[in-house]
Amino acid sequence: MTRQDAVAPVSSGVTFSGLDHVELARRTRRWGWLHYSRYRQAAEKPFFWTAFVTAIGNPVLYLVAMGMGLGSLVQGDVDGVSYLWFVAPGLLVATVVSTGAQFGTWPIFGGFKWMKNYLAAQATPVEPWQMAVGEGLAISVRMFVQAFLFWLIGLAFGAWPGAASLLVVPIAMLASMAMFTPLMAYSATLEEEGLQFNFVQRLIVMPMFLFAGTFFPLASMPAYLQWIGWVSPMWHGTQLARIVSYGMENPPWLTVVHVVFLVGCIVGGLLVAARTFTRRLVR
Amino acid sequence: MSDTGVMAPIRERLGRRPAQFGGLYAGNARAVIERGFRVIRTQNWGVIATGFFEPVFYLLAMGMGMGALVGAVPGPDGQPISYAMYIAPALLATSAMNGAIYDSVNNVFFKLRYSKLYEGMLQTSLGPLDVALGEIFMALFRGLLYAIGFLAVITAMGLVTSWWALAMIPVALLIALGFASLGMAVTSFMKSFQQLDLVPVVLLPMFLLSATLFPITVYPEPLQWGIMALPLWHGVELMRQLSVGYFDGETLGHVAYFVVMSVIGITAASLRLRQLFLR
Amino acid sequence: MSVIEARGLTKKFGDFTAVDAISFEVAPGESFGLLGPNGAGKSTTMRMIGGTSLRTDGTLTVLGLDPETHGPEVRASLGVVPQQDSLDEELRARDNLIVYGRYFGLPMDYLKPKADELLEFAQLTEKANAKVSALSGGMKRRLTIARGLVNEPRILLLDEPTTGLDPQARHILWDRLFRLKEQGVTLVLTTHFMDEAEQLCDRLVVIDHGRIVAEGAPQALIRQYSTREVVEVRFGSARNAEMEGVLREMTDRIEVLPDRILLYDDAGEALLDEINRRGLNPLTSLVRRSSLEDVFLRLTGRSLID
Repeated sequence: MTRQDAVAPVSSGVTFSGLDHVELARRTRRWGWLHYSRYRQAAEKPFFWTAFVTAIGNPVLYLVAMGMGLGSLVQGDVDGVSYLWFVAPGLLVATVVSTGAQFGTWPIFGGFKWMKNYLAAQATPVEPWQMAVGEGLAISVRMFVQAFLFWLIGLAFGAWPGAASLLVVPIAMLASMAMFTPLMAYSATLEEEGLQFNFVQRLIVMPMFLFAGTFFPLASMPAYLQWIGWVSPMWHGTQLARIVSYGMENPPWLTVVHVVFLVGCIVGGLLVAARTFTRRLVR
Repeated sequence: MSDTGVMAPIRERLGRRPAQFGGLYAGNARAVIERGFRVIRTQNWGVIATGFFEPVFYLLAMGMGMGALVGAVPGPDGQPISYAMYIAPALLATSAMNGAIYDSVNNVFFKLRYSKLYEGMLQTSLGPLDVALGEIFMALFRGLLYAIGFLAVITAMGLVTSWWALAMIPVALLIALGFASLGMAVTSFMKSFQQLDLVPVVLLPMFLLSATLFPITVYPEPLQWGIMALPLWHGVELMRQLSVGYFDGETLGHVAYFVVMSVIGITAASLRLRQLFLR
Repeated sequence: MSVIEARGLTKKFGDFTAVDAISFEVAPGESFGLLGPNGAGKSTTMRMIGGTSLRTDGTLTVLGLDPETHGPEVRASLGVVPQQDSLDEELRARDNLIVYGRYFGLPMDYLKPKADELLEFAQLTEKANAKVSALSGGMKRRLTIARGLVNEPRILLLDEPTTGLDPQARHILWDRLFRLKEQGVTLVLTTHFMDEAEQLCDRLVVIDHGRIVAEGAPQALIRQYSTREVVEVRFGSARNAEMEGVLREMTDRIEVLPDRILLYDDAGEALLDEINRRGLNPLTSLVRRSSLEDVFLRLTGRSLID
């Protein structure tokens, strides 16, 4: 007895025009990461307005509250400049890096567990490492835009002393990637419901935001808490941002350390992510 | 038909309820609370513990780091106090708010729209009001834990100077009740996860601007009135007064604000749950 | 005396009439089915019986009480198995049963042995401490049914009990439901599976667009609205329509569906022989007994599953 006889109308058929599958595979082997990143950006479209409002609202809010409100309590200059000049590069980097951290957790985990984005992509010739790189590329574009919007809004507040401060935009992008890629690598290994992200948010991102020299110089912390800054992409990014923004004095070797730390996190994160993506998808 | 069997005494009890409770309240919110505790027991205690760290981190970072830049700030009675003393009560109020909102908005949203938990509960002899009361109680319980923990921390750090500080615990519950009940009512209107993203859009500015980290006197006057209309400001001011044991005419106003907010919230939440589940 | 009595039961959502003045009665111990396609108003009817949906018009009594004003009392005597499992994902299997029992106000010393008994009934004893998320679809369904029995209900409401289950899981579940029926539990179930209705229901109503279009025992309905046998033939997407004329002359009633043609005749094999003898060469052919599917097609002109 047949039961499943669906009554869908029979279409006239599907076109088979003779695509060159070998050529398609070659192109994907080469450019799959780019294709994936375009797909990833398209997938963010429904969230555009939420993202846009946050990208505009956050800078305004933080500059008003911290730069102006809290700044009005600060007595004298900080690091030789006004509190607003001091805190603005830190706020820019900290908010962009926080967004990067968010993208590295739930969306990656959910892509494997709920949305099955990666499983869908895996049915095409795109390879797992290309997905990891494509993810990173898509997010870095997004972070660049967000950082630039912050910088523009900062202009209205008089938060930037000179044109060189525009360099905080690529610096913030770099720092957010240094946070994003290792988290992405980690998130791809999680199978269960993602309780771990509570710990990531509250024990890693949050303390970095508070302790890593965003609101006050790291030196005003007791020595036993300063290491939180040293291991944090947020602090390294913020220091670079302060150098280009108001010309914070920094020994050249330390500036090199900041850059090397950030680039090291990104490259290391991507390498591990390529492995964890592959292990998750090919088994 | 003679009524026998295990449900007979229960049916008998339900039959004796006042008629106006009708389909709304079965007098068994206790069962919902029991369920909450059973879940907490099996839950990851680390997650609960980290919720307690958040205000502590704020206090340590801002109190120490910013404190070094800021110096003394005028307290509720006009006497200068340290910056850490200034922000500690505000952080307790904020943490009561955040905890209550997390339980009554994020958790309730999930149970309402995705896990269908409440649908299951209402297939039993529970009514919507049993569910609402039970869930609000659980939100307050978590708030109570955090409030006790945080008060212990700030007392150990010497940031409270009055026995009145003990009253910060019931006041934290009152703040949590206001936010939890109103939050639950608002959540009942939410349909998608994107709407859930709006919650921080409301909470973060309220946290940053409600005299938590700096006095509202830095704003122009119209903005001050705006902030004073929001609930968190009342919670912050009330906590700050309790921490040093200084009271004035405004104290009762702050308390009254939350009492009214709670009454409105519970009424609205029950009505909405009734609409949602008794369609 | 009936345990459920509906008279002119109506439910409107705004302008849309989900349930349109239906009347029916369910006798104690009976197994009663509501049969119809998705969106026919079956689930809404079930919810009104449980008092979680308020009717727009008509009267309804369940065990002599109005579920609208006595929701908690009525539900105290009901077991509900909703269409989508609403198990408590934060609790383990056995705790699901115990906590659910507490919602009814049942005492712990009753619930502990009861939970074990129900787990055994649902063949889930080894899964007592498993997380709900670790159970298969069939296991979740059985746990949901076990949960619906925790208050020893007089009436068990089952909304699409086997939708989404594989054939083996369905048979296990049907077996459990048979046992309950033998023990005198009144079953009220909705389904859009004809074989399920034929297997489980003593009596059923066929619902379409919120109205009852037929009522009776499954076999009686088939006798009344269909022939003994049905011949199904396929000629491929292009030829089905062109064969219609020829076939129509061969028997009293035919139905042309997009993918196949159904011929209603009491002597199916003979008719198929005739089709082949005339050299019509169907791509596939099959003779089967009439089912409720055919009754539904006859009554509404549509298939049940779409």
